[in-house]
Amino acid sequence: MASQDIIARSATTTVSPSVRNQEEVAKLIDTTKCIGCKACQVACSEWNELRDDVGHNLGTYDNPQDLSAETWTLMRFTEHETDAGNLEWLIRKDGCMHCAEPGCLAACPSPGAIIKHANGIVDFDQDHCIGCGYCITGCPFDIPRISQKDHKAYKCTLCSDRVAVGLEPACVKTCPTGAIVFGTKDDMKEHAAERIVDLKSRGFANVGLYDPEGVGGTHVMYVLHHADTPVLYAGLPNSPTISPLVELWKGVSKPLGLLAMGLAVLAGFFHYVRIGPQLVEEDELPILKDPAVHEVDPAVHTFDPRGEDRP
Amino acid sequence: MIRRQILRYTPNQRTNHWLVAIFFLMAALSGLALFHPALFWLSNLFGGGPWTRILHPFMGVVMFVLFLGLVIQFFRANFFISNDRLWLRRVGRVIQNEEEGVPPIGKYNPGQKLLFWTLLLCMLVLLFSGLVIWRAYFSEYFGITAIRWAMLLHALAGFVLVLSIIVHIYAGIWIKGSVSAMVHGWVSRAWARKHHELWYREVTRDEHPERPISKKG
Repeated sequence: MASQDIIARSATTTVSPSVRNQEEVAKLIDTTKCIGCKACQVACSEWNELRDDVGHNLGTYDNPQDLSAETWTLMRFTEHETDAGNLEWLIRKDGCMHCAEPGCLAACPSPGAIIKHANGIVDFDQDHCIGCGYCITGCPFDIPRISQKDHKAYKCTLCSDRVAVGLEPACVKTCPTGAIVFGTKDDMKEHAAERIVDLKSRGFANVGLYDPEGVGGTHVMYVLHHADTPVLYAGLPNSPTISPLVELWKGVSKPLGLLAMGLAVLAGFFHYVRIGPQLVEEDELPILKDPAVHEVDPAVHTFDPRGEDRP
Repeated sequence: MIRRQILRYTPNQRTNHWLVAIFFLMAALSGLALFHPALFWLSNLFGGGPWTRILHPFMGVVMFVLFLGLVIQFFRANFFISNDRLWLRRVGRVIQNEEEGVPPIGKYNPGQKLLFWTLLLCMLVLLFSGLVIWRAYFSEYFGITAIRWAMLLHALAGFVLVLSIIVHIYAGIWIKGSVSAMVHGWVSRAWARKHHELWYREVTRDEHPERPISKKG
């Protein structure tokens, strides 16, 4: 079945099939409700049939240590000491944010390897992935990972296969505290707003919604106790944007570069047409006499047919 | 009578040059495939996107190593001499095929010398930035900012290199006799004298030991 809901496609300069009108969806992760049980990690692994290698305990609760091609979501634990000297255990479920303006998609050189659906899901199509890793370079959140097995890039799909048939993502379904909820983006914002009112009334002055403008908003959002300093949550960027280096690399400079190369070829062609080749007429050099003869007559300037005086 | 031709490039130099050219062509075509979506079809020449991604860095490294061979053989001849300044000021006349007032130059004209050093710079940037973004082996040793800079510099150096080679190839088409110099090695005396007079005087010095060589300025 053809996809008719693709509103952005990597390395594609024409409009993709996009007549289907879908409501934007979002996953809302409420860090204030999360107990760090990792059920979401297990559900992700189960539904997507991923089995990461058993790693090592490096003294934190993070398990495994990092996202990988087989770990698309990961609880990151941060022990934060407040100014008042209290310890806060900040737990954030890390994974793809499904940006409205995805840096991975902007950076990808392979047509159709990254697509953005009308519902906001940013999905990798590994059939088209060439394994260059440009998506990693483009991502403001350090999410995609290249598999060492097949050299393809992987990340959270927001369970696009489940969402396509009206189910919520596996992590949402399994979350025992309701810290992860899923629905239309508008509904999720509304839900978050209610949570924020509630939390503020209970003393969390800086609570807020993380839906960063710099990437056009995201389809995975957080409710954070410390929305003023998201970076506390294991380095969640305060104001993520596509890096200016990536913008420069992938923005207007590439078509301009292409244009310059084409113009250089054209310039050469028309130089040849208008001015013509640089030919050497063999007559320009007089036939030399035997150098021995030349030597005895220094008045003969064999090598200077124009008779110019050379200093 | 002396009408012998002059050897401009030895068989080894010619082989080296054309090996670099072949690897440049492959590295450039595969690089351009990833440079802009409009050229992604070039990846079909290499067996598809993944093969392009796999082969491109190897072709680049081979090109760099071979290019070093050219650098070692030619860098001395590419130091600038005082005539070059005037030549560059009168490059407009050179482009118009006019010879009046264009000073004699050595084995390479200043345009060729600029090209030589530009190519060397591009090759160095491409090599080092290319290693940083070589995902299969080296990227894990670098931070994201280094990788982003390397991506940008790699694309920029690749662009400058391709542009320089377009100029280089066109110069070969334009200046009759220069392609055959690199194909079979020989140039005519008239060619040598017209385009590289100081070099011509130097290589013919043995025939006329008494004639002074004056490099103007």
